[in-house]
Amino acid sequence: MLRRLLKDFQGDVIAIPGRLIALIFFLLLFFIPLLTQQPYILRTLIFANMFVIFAVSWDFISGYTGQMNFGHALFFGVAAYTSAMLNRGPPMGPDWPVWASIPVGALAAVIAGVVMCLPALRLRGPYLALVTLAFPLILLGVIFANTQFTGGELGISGLDRISESRTVDYYVSVLVMLVSVFIMWKLTDAKSALVRTGIILHAIREDEIAARASGINTIRYKLFAFAVGGFFAGISGAFFAHFMRIAGPSTLDLTLSFQAIIWTVFGGIVSIYGAVVGVYILYPLMELLRVVSEWRMLIFAAIVVLILLFMPEGIAVWIRDKIERECPRCKLTNVWWRRTCRACSASLY
Amino acid sequence: MIEGIIVNTLVKGGVYALLAIGFSLIFGVARVLNLAHTAFYMLAAYGIYTFADLLGLDPILSIFLSIVATTLIGLATYKLFIDRVREHHITVMLITLALAMVFQEIMLLVFGGHYLSAPSFVSGYWEIIGVKVSYQHLLTFGVVAVVLIGIWALLSKTKLGIAIRATAQDTEVANLMGINVSTILFTVMGVAAGLAAVAGVVVAPTLVLEPHMLWPPFVMVMAIITLGGLGSVKGSVVGAFILALVEVLVVFLLPAGAFLKGAFALLVMVIVLVVRPEGLYGVAFEEERL
Repeated sequence: MLRRLLKDFQGDVIAIPGRLIALIFFLLLFFIPLLTQQPYILRTLIFANMFVIFAVSWDFISGYTGQMNFGHALFFGVAAYTSAMLNRGPPMGPDWPVWASIPVGALAAVIAGVVMCLPALRLRGPYLALVTLAFPLILLGVIFANTQFTGGELGISGLDRISESRTVDYYVSVLVMLVSVFIMWKLTDAKSALVRTGIILHAIREDEIAARASGINTIRYKLFAFAVGGFFAGISGAFFAHFMRIAGPSTLDLTLSFQAIIWTVFGGIVSIYGAVVGVYILYPLMELLRVVSEWRMLIFAAIVVLILLFMPEGIAVWIRDKIERECPRCKLTNVWWRRTCRACSASLY
Repeated sequence: MIEGIIVNTLVKGGVYALLAIGFSLIFGVARVLNLAHTAFYMLAAYGIYTFADLLGLDPILSIFLSIVATTLIGLATYKLFIDRVREHHITVMLITLALAMVFQEIMLLVFGGHYLSAPSFVSGYWEIIGVKVSYQHLLTFGVVAVVLIGIWALLSKTKLGIAIRATAQDTEVANLMGINVSTILFTVMGVAAGLAAVAGVVVAPTLVLEPHMLWPPFVMVMAIITLGGLGSVKGSVVGAFILALVEVLVVFLLPAGAFLKGAFALLVMVIVLVVRPEGLYGVAFEEERL
């Protein structure tokens, strides 16, 4: 049994360079607090972890079902505000502990996802993109108009911390990120034998009419995608609010929605790992660029433009195509330096 | 109050219509969702400030220079960036979005983040039915009317306009009929950027200039063209006036209306789209229909 697992591990992880890199990277994430205790670095990584969930959940909704969602910040903001309102003490809120306010905030984001999905069932392409763009902005208007509940420009501050030490915060964020990304990756894995959602979502994206003709209830699966994507985006939003200890209007901002898209498309859309790579490259880069703060956004935008001009598929996909090669006969993935397939020894050229 | 609502709606709707038509044209013809569109509007407004205020040129000359410069920037953007990735729709959106940020940051570096104001071309006001309408607003409305008629004439009366519409309907067949599609796309991009520039130039004196001024009209233009039907020029004009009316009504009638005006305009758009998914005048193509 153990030997069998080890062999599977060798064949499915070690032999595929992309997965090996992912494994090493995630292991590294666990050792970072042992190497450095600098609060600034840990803080940056905590936020990167949260934004990984956010970007991956965008990829889950938009990449996999082809429903271009331009208002992904809606989930983030709804969850942040809900958990903040539940967490703050009387007279304004019920003063719930962190472990209760975060999941409930995420559930609120699920409801937001279902509401947002209702027009999505009838609209497509650019129309859907622009309608989803509208939702967080409408909510933002409501928040600014009801200052006594929402704090308006200042937001709701003074939330409870996740834990007392930054290292614990960091490990919590890593664990939450790993579990969320793993679940979303499994749900979208078209080759999986356990869950069928991956292949169904693929089918909907490629040709919705054909998918419907094959007896797939596309409406149910779109709702499912919006609910699951909304849930994880909500998790990241609620965690973010508790790490920052404030839920402000910036959580619903247009820029945040666009950030999710930029991160994901930069790394490679419809690939889950693309979103992960995009965030871990771009988010720390943005932090580094604070040294030259006036040039920060300019350099950032220029990098995005250049990468997309030369690698329109995204950087992670581009790298993967360089280091992996699919066997033309048995479709097994091989390392780039092999000339013959590792399983069926067919020539890879 | 009713007079105030009418006048404000006409002026605001006119500016929105100018912006939305350009956006709608380039989408309808090239299927390019150019998110940098309102950046050209901002560039033109800053252009007026530079030419008229900093260099002290004649207002008419600086209007002309500003429009030409912005159009050239638009054409260069198209050739250098958009044209290469035109097939990848999401990449186009992202690149134009990033370009909008680039323009905004350049303006921030050059002019700084503080508020500037462009010189007014005409001063004074005129009283119609008891409302004071400044000549600047009147001028805005006049320019909008002239440009709208010009665009309509261009699209329906000239050979170029027919070629543009043919390309919008079916690029491949238009190409087979001997229309040089890439030239048409290039021209349309020029027209679109030019329209955005005109909008920027006419509103510059009535607004404060700051590098983030491209975002409020950005959202509105998105809402307008969706409401009117993507790619439909008529729809953009109608949508522009409807949403301008909603905005003005909310500001006039509701408390805290200034915060809610955008929200209400967007809500109207969502409702219209749920009832009529292809917008007011949009055509749902068979292969794009759900």
